[in-house]
Amino acid sequence: MDVEFKHIGKRFGAVQALKDINLRAISGSIHGLIGENGAGKSTLMKILTGYQSRSEGAIFIDGSRVELKSPEEAADLGIGMLYQEPMDFPSLTVLDNFSLGCPPQSESHLRRSLLELSTRFAFHLVPEQMVELLTVGERQQIELLRLIHCKTRILILDEPTTGISPAQKEALFPVLKQLTEEGMTILLVSHKLEEVAALCNEVTVLRHGRITHHTKAPFHFPELLHAMFGSIPEHDDKEAPRDTGDVVLSFHTVEAEGERLGLHGCTLNVRAGEIIGLAGLDGAGQSTLLRLAAGLTFPEQGDVTLFGSVLPRNSSASHIAQRQQTAFLPADRLEEALFHDISLSEHFSLKEHNPPFLQSGKKSCRQAEKDIATFSIKGKAEDMAKDLSGGNQQRLLLALLDPESRLVLLENPTRGLDIRSGQWVWQYLRNELPPDTAILFSSPELDEILHYSNRILVFHDGEIVLDSDVHNTNHDAVAAAMTGVQ
Amino acid sequence: MIADLPVSVLIASVLAASAPLIIIALGETLTEKSGVINLSLDGVVLFSAMAAFAAAKETGSLGAGFLAGGCAGMITGLIVGYLSIYLHLSQVAVGFALSLLCRDLAYFLGNPYSRIQGPTLLAARLPFHDTLPSFLQNILSQPLTVPAALTLIALLWYFFNATRSGLALRSVGENPAAAFARGLNPNKVQMLAVLAGSFLVGLGGAAYSLSLKPGWGRPQGAEGIGWIALALVIFGGWHPLRVALGAMLFAFLQVSGISLQNIFPSIPAQVFQTAPFPLMIFTLIFMHYSTRKSRISTKPANRLQRRLGLLFMSRAPKSLGKSYQQE
Repeated sequence: MDVEFKHIGKRFGAVQALKDINLRAISGSIHGLIGENGAGKSTLMKILTGYQSRSEGAIFIDGSRVELKSPEEAADLGIGMLYQEPMDFPSLTVLDNFSLGCPPQSESHLRRSLLELSTRFAFHLVPEQMVELLTVGERQQIELLRLIHCKTRILILDEPTTGISPAQKEALFPVLKQLTEEGMTILLVSHKLEEVAALCNEVTVLRHGRITHHTKAPFHFPELLHAMFGSIPEHDDKEAPRDTGDVVLSFHTVEAEGERLGLHGCTLNVRAGEIIGLAGLDGAGQSTLLRLAAGLTFPEQGDVTLFGSVLPRNSSASHIAQRQQTAFLPADRLEEALFHDISLSEHFSLKEHNPPFLQSGKKSCRQAEKDIATFSIKGKAEDMAKDLSGGNQQRLLLALLDPESRLVLLENPTRGLDIRSGQWVWQYLRNELPPDTAILFSSPELDEILHYSNRILVFHDGEIVLDSDVHNTNHDAVAAAMTGVQ
Repeated sequence: MIADLPVSVLIASVLAASAPLIIIALGETLTEKSGVINLSLDGVVLFSAMAAFAAAKETGSLGAGFLAGGCAGMITGLIVGYLSIYLHLSQVAVGFALSLLCRDLAYFLGNPYSRIQGPTLLAARLPFHDTLPSFLQNILSQPLTVPAALTLIALLWYFFNATRSGLALRSVGENPAAAFARGLNPNKVQMLAVLAGSFLVGLGGAAYSLSLKPGWGRPQGAEGIGWIALALVIFGGWHPLRVALGAMLFAFLQVSGISLQNIFPSIPAQVFQTAPFPLMIFTLIFMHYSTRKSRISTKPANRLQRRLGLLFMSRAPKSLGKSYQQE
């Protein structure tokens, strides 16, 4: 089905989020929608699903005008969206999540469809498992399968590759192409140009809520980058290796539960100043390792030693880790690291060590505004954390990070961030933190790992299968290790 | 068993005493599963008990009494639902205020019906009563509220775990925004759950004034039951079966308190009357901790464990008590 937006505008109070958007996506094609964080891509798509209302303009499907007042109406028309942040029910099972929103069917039929679809996409999903035990990527997989199962004919994908591995990406892309051959219209929201180039027939660029560019394949990258950012961000050069010092973190034959397969026989020493990239398929054990080091989960066997002292196996571990100036920045920033309904200035006040009894609104606002300017957060001191875009949430987290941190653990630090924000995050981590700070980060982007780390650990099914200096390995070797090829 | 009470009589009295409490607690479970807390329970129980007795007295019909009780409950549900779901007022504040209002209103409006005789739902005898051994005769001659309450446990469990509407209701209680994104109408689902739940609470109230503690007065005898029901829902982990078992445990404590009083006449009667409340709290805390480990490890290894899990495992709906506003 063809989708046409005509003069779409959206205001949030005084803010004009979208202005005069005209766009046409043709049946059987993949239409890319690119732009930096906060450009209005997600808002435009939420309008198409009826999740948000539009302030002006009209939407036409196959030439006839549609109202799209609710997601129910949109779903009846065959419009479905994979949201960037998982829109699911963590305490229900995979099967329940899969079935909610689809027309009623018997449980055995649903189970069969789920298993068939996950085989087709090379996903590993267990119908009875609780969704809260899964990674963000796996949760998105369920949602994607559900949309396909629900006979969606206009499929909106908001950053679909954020949580999935390169291997799964390779399985996903042909399927998306196949779906369009069957007549599906796909709208792909992304900020990764490679993906867009590999998949899309047409691309529209949004910047500050307006369309700045529209083109058909083949794409000319500098042109797209210019439309996205105004000026083209330069890819910073590979940075100099850093001096390493004493061991700050060590794992000794650690066995732990977590993610898909937990972590097994993990022995590891991390030295001050090292930047270690944790590569692996989604859920292969990287997050478990980071959470163990942060004292958020405990090993079943073996010891985690942080700055010379063994972390206890109870909830005081994370306090001890924090007292040792260890910081953990999770991938799900809003859920695990920030408070939805607490303002930015209050976030800054909360981190003060010896807060005064009375909270001075004015003083903390002034201080917060200074930090907001330093970290160029797009938001005001009195804004709520939930109103920030993904990139600005990450900036806020870095602003809250103790600049004297000795060990920083990051779970997918550039998740959902555009190129410029991502570069900014790394520039901060490398240059603004003390040079003897050890940094451990996981990322589904192999390029990010190869570019920024000094040392690479590759995880496969809960085990570290490769531990190498970045100069002694290469893209193909790491990719092979990730998929279990020795 | 306890004192000179035969086991069969004890079981019979526990069943009879727990039936109204089960109905009330399950009504609240239904409401809370959708994410709305109805704190007005205690006042609503009294209000519907009064309404039921008055209606039964005026019409002479028990059916009309129960219907009036249920409707009285539903009206309060309508108020709680409208104010908290559509006007986004605090569920806690609305519930509390309504609880006090309903209690006073019940005493005020019920004054003319105080301490008078009215229709009472008596224990029904099964058609084959005489052929049964006396042990079963004792247990099985119960008022209709008992089989109704027991059926309700199974019905509610089936509704939550096997029906589409039950899944929709649970999903709204977990994440209303996601439910909305999938084409459900969270406000409507919550409103229906509040209405159905408060209707059950009203029926439970009616079961007090028409069966368990027949008549109306001040005190009626159902005071405090609403709070106990709220506690049962929480400690029962929002699981119909566990909530009902908790209600039976409370009834057991009440019944055994009465017979203990006969054995120890020197201890003041008030001790035995109030003992069930603190004892209940201790037992529930004990239960909570003893089942904690099994609730934490949520990886079902096989089909049997999954079935058992469905039977017993459950916990708070994630969006409980939060007001949902569409973007």
